[in-house]
Amino acid sequence: MIQKKNHGDLRIVLEVWRQNGPGAPGAFEEHEVMANEHMSFLELLDVLNEQLVESGRDPFVFEHDCREGICGSCSMTIDGKPHGPRDRTTACQLHMREYRNGDRVRVEPWRANAFPVVKDLMTDRSAFDRIQQAGGYVSINTGSAPDAHAMPVNKENADMAFDAAACIGCGACVAACPNASAMLFTSAKLSQYTLLPQGQPERDQRALGMVDQMDAEGFGNCTNHYECEAACPKGISVTNIARMNREYARATLRRRD
Amino acid sequence: MTIADSHASSPRLDAKVPGGPMDERWSNHKFDLKLVNPSNRRKFDVIVVGTGLAGGSAAATLAEMGYNVKSFCIHDSPRRAHSIAAQGGINAAKNYKGDGDSVHRLFYDTVKGGDYRSRESNVHRLAEVSVDIIDQCVAQGVPFAREYGGLLDNRSFGGAQVSRTFYARGQTGQQLLLGAYGAMNRMIHAGRIDSYTKREMVDLVVVNGVARGIIVRNLLTGEYERHAAHAVLMCTGGYGNAFFLSTNAKNSNVTAAWRAHKRGAFFANPCYTQIHPTCIPRSGDYQSKLTLMSESLRNDGRVWVPEKEGDPRAPQDIPESERDYYLERKYPSFGNLVPRDVASRNAKTVCDEGRGVGPTGEAVYLDFGDAIRRDGKETIASRYGNLFEMYERITGDNPYEIPMRIFPAVHYTMGGLWVDYNLESTIPGLFVLGEANFSDHGANRLGASALMQGLADGYFVIPATIASHLAGRKLEAVSVNDDAFKEAEAKARERADLLLACNGNRSVDSLHRELGNTVWNYCGMERTAEGLQEGILKVRELRAEFWSNVKVNGDPNHVNQDLEKAGRVADFMEFAEVMFNDALVRDESCGGHFRAEHQTEEGEARRDDENYAHVSAWEFTEEQKLPTEHREQLTFEEVKLTTRSYK
Repeated sequence: MIQKKNHGDLRIVLEVWRQNGPGAPGAFEEHEVMANEHMSFLELLDVLNEQLVESGRDPFVFEHDCREGICGSCSMTIDGKPHGPRDRTTACQLHMREYRNGDRVRVEPWRANAFPVVKDLMTDRSAFDRIQQAGGYVSINTGSAPDAHAMPVNKENADMAFDAAACIGCGACVAACPNASAMLFTSAKLSQYTLLPQGQPERDQRALGMVDQMDAEGFGNCTNHYECEAACPKGISVTNIARMNREYARATLRRRD
Repeated sequence: MTIADSHASSPRLDAKVPGGPMDERWSNHKFDLKLVNPSNRRKFDVIVVGTGLAGGSAAATLAEMGYNVKSFCIHDSPRRAHSIAAQGGINAAKNYKGDGDSVHRLFYDTVKGGDYRSRESNVHRLAEVSVDIIDQCVAQGVPFAREYGGLLDNRSFGGAQVSRTFYARGQTGQQLLLGAYGAMNRMIHAGRIDSYTKREMVDLVVVNGVARGIIVRNLLTGEYERHAAHAVLMCTGGYGNAFFLSTNAKNSNVTAAWRAHKRGAFFANPCYTQIHPTCIPRSGDYQSKLTLMSESLRNDGRVWVPEKEGDPRAPQDIPESERDYYLERKYPSFGNLVPRDVASRNAKTVCDEGRGVGPTGEAVYLDFGDAIRRDGKETIASRYGNLFEMYERITGDNPYEIPMRIFPAVHYTMGGLWVDYNLESTIPGLFVLGEANFSDHGANRLGASALMQGLADGYFVIPATIASHLAGRKLEAVSVNDDAFKEAEAKARERADLLLACNGNRSVDSLHRELGNTVWNYCGMERTAEGLQEGILKVRELRAEFWSNVKVNGDPNHVNQDLEKAGRVADFMEFAEVMFNDALVRDESCGGHFRAEHQTEEGEARRDDENYAHVSAWEFTEEQKLPTEHREQLTFEEVKLTTRSYK
């Protein structure tokens, strides 16, 4: 019998995905937790894990770190929605006041071929790093920069670049997409540099490099469902995808043999 | 406790501060340092542990210079290091606003803000390179806030009387870190950095007295790996999670620093912790962490509590005349912008008086009513929109209508491994950067200075000073099959086996939470000799309880987050005692360390410059034994020591 700590009057029945490794079979496990409205969703999982540990069972593995919605570690699909029901909110910033007593909640990992399950709710998102390595930067050695005011940037572009740069790399866009496409993620980084003067010299190589890597990782293509934008906790816009398509076409015409 | 060399600088702590005029020291030092010829750099391997602002910038820059870099992080991607969560901004003495800022003023403010417990020469260097950081980040495409003319915007931040803070909405740390991560990615792509993610440093390997490698545990497979190099850089952040509840990310820990300490690196000023005044108050005992609201909020928000004790009314029902805007009342010239330590302590004082608000009575109001009436809701939303949203998500209250409730929380640790001017620890070849070292913030860190220091150390200091070691010493070849590597790995395995074998009744978290409560209650915002002595006994009892009653489940050869936590908490249990000892020995109040015995009649901190203008650096002796204190005397040539006054 699992000892339950009573943290409030919200009885939540959790169905959590248990899977031991990439190739292993997985299944949902059912557990009950007493919560209260101020608890975050990850704190609910903490309470569940503490119950499991103290009763001699393995806790569920899930990624988390800053718990402020910025590190992008947390990555779980809650009742079919990446990061859960609340718009523009990561799972760590989702609070139990969204739920009612007796609710049944299903928690599972990101589902995408390019993000294999490592254990339980943890997936391998290193494909994102490799896309960035293929060109998501400006090549400038430390110490060789001109004065920061040498190159003014039109405020509108600077703001749009910021909006794109706000991506936290969590992967919700991929998890939400029926094609498991990474185009929102890739296009956000690409847009940041396309919109800034600093990004111009490497514009073509960047577009080709990042898009090619994205394809090589096995992500699908965009077919305009816009599920990614709806799921994105930072509200990254699909207009970035349109910009990436233009950039890729432009670079292909200019550079591809 | 033994005081190795009281009232004099320990010969073991040679800070290697260059002589000459303060504003020429860094330039002269760089000139005097030996150089490693560009074609020879590829012969040197450098390990960088941690990929936050300090580690990311150091790894990228050293790789650009031609060194072979191996980078390690505990996350699944270097981009997730906790620097990402810094909100407010980064200081630089650019004087773009023409309001009289200068390198000297930033230097002066930082030494003063640190309550005269930092090393002047280091701080001056920090102020000097601050301007280069901004240039570098802008060139990388970091999207800083800009004005309509296209130039960079600045704001005044956390106790500064000039506008020198550069920012990217409330996500400055994220954007700076992504800049450093981009620079790293470029070097990974070029084959100049080998990036090892999901690796935790579990020991430092010292060969013939020189740091020559590390042991890491692969957090996905449980395997132990040995890595050798010519130098080791630790950029592993602070120890704020000793308090369990802090604004630090859940994985932030002291393990790497503690392991290095046990191998001979002195730990300096561990009692200096920063309690940040504007955090969201806790709501229950399941609470896993505290959330910081950027203190830029204090630029427009007014802090108050009801005049009466235990006033049950909702904030909007309390008339203006019955509100106590205590910071504005007590500090008319700085008002709500007093430094963090002053703001935090005053919040505690009014709560101790029974005037705290909210369900726990441990909170004060931060009210935007006046600012919204003055500037309009839209303007306030453009400044703080994302912070207001975050607050509303967590508390369920709308701060545009109801004043925020805030309370201080542990945020940053000024103490860390002792380093000299070259950022080298007491172990030759071990360099420590960013929050993990101790040198630049003294007893209190000013807002927007942490990002500055992390990037200064990584982009500009270590690339120059690492040559003092690589070119200055003869380094014999080492192999990962040497005895020192085998011994360190065996010890790390043994520690993990002991944790798994314990099989007690308590979860790691429950023990960590108890440790945190003890540290907060006895070594938190206010300390007394009596309390500290009591706290030490409690920490010892708890450590014994930990090792006899902890329960760690699961497979050690697979992802095992419980085992990871257990190892870190075990180290916090040992570390906490040094923290308490340091707080006990420092028989004065300064900055983030407030000893109740030493206060002025008005309740302000009373420093003792005659006896305590020094760094306490602790040397590990043996298990269960008190460490030895060494002292580095601080000398002040440029800044006159005064009592900080923000009245």
